[in-house]
Amino acid sequence: MWTIYLNVVLQGVMTGLIYGLMALGLSVIFGVVRVVNFAHGEFAVVAMYAAFVLFKIYGLDPLIAMAPIALAFFAIGFILQMGLVNSFVGRAEHEQFILLVGLAIILINAVLMIFGPDAQPVNLPYAFDSYLIGPLIIDKVRVYAAIAAVAVSAGLFAFFRHTRTGTAIRACADNLVGAAVIGLNVKRLYALTFGLGLACVGAAGALMETIADAAPSLGPAYTLLAFTIVIVGGLGSMSGALVGGVLIGVSEALAGFLIAPSMKSMFSFALLIAVLVLRPQGLMGRRVA
Amino acid sequence: MTALWGAMNTRARILLGVLVVMLLAAPLALDRYFLSVLTLILYFVYVGQAWNLMMGYAGQLSLGHALYVGVGGYVAAALWVHYGIGPWLGVVPAIAIAAAFGAAIGWLGFRFGIEGVYFALLTIAFAEFTRIGFDHIPFVGGAGGLFIPYEQDRIGEWWNLRGGQHLFYYLAFLLAAVGVLITALLSRARLGFQWLAIREDETAARALGIDVFRAKMKAVLISSGMTAVGGVFYAFYNNSLFPTQIFNISRSIELILAPIVGGIGTVFGPVVGAFVLTPLGEVLIALTEWLGIDLPGVKAVFYGLTLMIIITLVPTGVWPWIARRLDLVKNEP
Amino acid sequence: MTEFLSVNGVSRRFRGLVAVDKVSFSVNQGEIFAVIGPNGAGKTTLFNMIAGVAPPDEGTISFRGARTDGMSADAVCRLGIGRTFQIVRPFPTLSVEDNVLVGALLHRTDMSAARRHARDVLAKLDLFDKRTVAAAALTLPDRKRLEVARALATDPKLLLLDEVMAGLVPTEIDRMVEILRSINREMSVTILLIEHVMRAVMALAGRVLVLHHGTKIAQGTPEEVVRDPTVIKSYLGAEVAF
Repeated sequence: MWTIYLNVVLQGVMTGLIYGLMALGLSVIFGVVRVVNFAHGEFAVVAMYAAFVLFKIYGLDPLIAMAPIALAFFAIGFILQMGLVNSFVGRAEHEQFILLVGLAIILINAVLMIFGPDAQPVNLPYAFDSYLIGPLIIDKVRVYAAIAAVAVSAGLFAFFRHTRTGTAIRACADNLVGAAVIGLNVKRLYALTFGLGLACVGAAGALMETIADAAPSLGPAYTLLAFTIVIVGGLGSMSGALVGGVLIGVSEALAGFLIAPSMKSMFSFALLIAVLVLRPQGLMGRRVA
Repeated sequence: MTALWGAMNTRARILLGVLVVMLLAAPLALDRYFLSVLTLILYFVYVGQAWNLMMGYAGQLSLGHALYVGVGGYVAAALWVHYGIGPWLGVVPAIAIAAAFGAAIGWLGFRFGIEGVYFALLTIAFAEFTRIGFDHIPFVGGAGGLFIPYEQDRIGEWWNLRGGQHLFYYLAFLLAAVGVLITALLSRARLGFQWLAIREDETAARALGIDVFRAKMKAVLISSGMTAVGGVFYAFYNNSLFPTQIFNISRSIELILAPIVGGIGTVFGPVVGAFVLTPLGEVLIALTEWLGIDLPGVKAVFYGLTLMIIITLVPTGVWPWIARRLDLVKNEP
Repeated sequence: MTEFLSVNGVSRRFRGLVAVDKVSFSVNQGEIFAVIGPNGAGKTTLFNMIAGVAPPDEGTISFRGARTDGMSADAVCRLGIGRTFQIVRPFPTLSVEDNVLVGALLHRTDMSAARRHARDVLAKLDLFDKRTVAAAALTLPDRKRLEVARALATDPKLLLLDEVMAGLVPTEIDRMVEILRSINREMSVTILLIEHVMRAVMALAGRVLVLHHGTKIAQGTPEEVVRDPTVIKSYLGAEVAF
């Protein structure tokens, strides 16, 4: 009996790492730019479709497609921040929010116009392979995706810790005035950050496509999911996002196992409500890296 | 009412008078389709006004107002379908239950200090939670939807909202008029100024003796109750309710467009917004149909673009700008 | 006779740091009472406790016989204690008059009566001509006056003023002193002020309390206090604010 639970939990951990990568993007953007990216889940869905298209046309495995998608998303994020969001920094919270709500609506409906409402799967040749370790059955795709998610996150951590630009961005997050005083180009660093945040969500979306089918309706659900994770982990905390992702992944997997699948997302929303009420500061507090 | 009238100059009074007369006479001149568009506009004026009270005046960002539309509509429709209780009576429990939902959200949000974006998330989470919940309530048809049957012998029972386009048009007009009046009155009342103070600076509001929690609770109760009435209208106008549609987050967003475009925290902003936006959306749909393309998301993309453009260029909405341009604001005596 | 405002042994700690340490004093009805002290002496913390922003960790506060420690800020205001903020907090997009109107509506339900009252208060604070301007557009001295006007409009019996002179030039200070004196005499409002500007303190206050490192080091008339050796040593000697 316990092996079933162990399998479910393990599956949740692996899915949760991808969730975590997605939430990491949201957290980094908020932590530095102080703007809440309400179109986050929609970006994830766009990335899923991108992975789907690359697979369909070039037969590219999403694990590989992840790289060009992340790169493209980085560029999109950079341009978006430079061209639009920078002018919203410091403006009223609801104005930033509405700007990104507008963007979210456009993204998701553009996807709907192009691909229609039906789910679009990627059929990988190894989709049904799995590793058997004792009583555990681990899907190959999930392992690959989880490893990739961890690798990307580790890369981001390393960037923030060990590069000059990463340190400069952290300086911006800690002390904006100070950063400007010592001559950092804050707008450019913000744009880099938004780009990195979107690169995370681009990579996460590509990975997600290996374990879930792209559909427009996932957009708002992923946005709320990313928020739940980030609030659990603490807005702006990078490690918190990963831990939160795993926590939410596991609890979602358990909930899906124990209660009716159609009620599963109800559980996620109840969780979001509980998290909002109980832990406004999150597990890891408000820090970047 | 006199306060509202008094705040307008002659030019504004004439303009408002002409608008009201034109709207009252519209059914004489317009065909069914245009009348249905006008009905939609007036509906959005009303629910936009309800949202405007909460966001524009009290400063509480709700992105889950579809919840109140849905609950209001479902309560009145279920009472009618199952017990034959007419909407004129059913609207009372509809308001009460929607307001109870509002109270729950408000209490959690305001007691636990969930503010700004977090509060918006809380309202979305509640709406989505309820949406899935309604999928699992067989009493209201679950995911399959709740239908108000078409009964030949009931046609003409206007008191039960069984009637044609004219009935619903005038009802929408009444709702819009009442919505504008409520906003006008509250914005000039003590409560309205308490809301404005809270919107601007909660700490300073508290230092002026305002019980912030109470005032915010009043805002959410009034707003949710008002929105529920819109839901009752929606239910009997469309005769069918599906959780995935009525509680959908895109419905919540649709509802806030008019006030944002027109100008939140103003009495006529939501009116102007609805009159600008809804026809544009309709024109767009007509245009794509005429071009022979079937694009289900085109209206939404247009709305999304509108939101982004308005909030970037005129974050206070177009109405304050128009009012200045047309010289409709009376200068202080 | 019950005391007007009495503060008995209040303390407040922040993360182990004692901001205010067992401070006691009382204010009589009708007087102007000043609290002075160097930056970080705990003046604003003391103020916030009286205004109900933060409850004292120990000690009691009572106003006209009623315990107010632990009350919320809005309840304290409704009892008749109005306050200003050291860093002004106007309602930025509202007009000057509407800012004051919010205060006037505390004890008035009739809108026109409240507006009349708001305009009277504005006239008193030399802001009547600017009443239609958005508060965000005011200069700092005007904002300071608006802060006082708004609090005054709530019909307080006791007015807590947190450094309303800071940032004003000498002529503006003299005018503010004049205004405050007339509020005190003609409207019979008791005033408790925190002030750095000694010129104003000397001109206004009947009694002065000196705070240093969260403790009371002296109390008396302004003349007594400025001659007090401990005060000179710890405060006046270091900061020449005359």
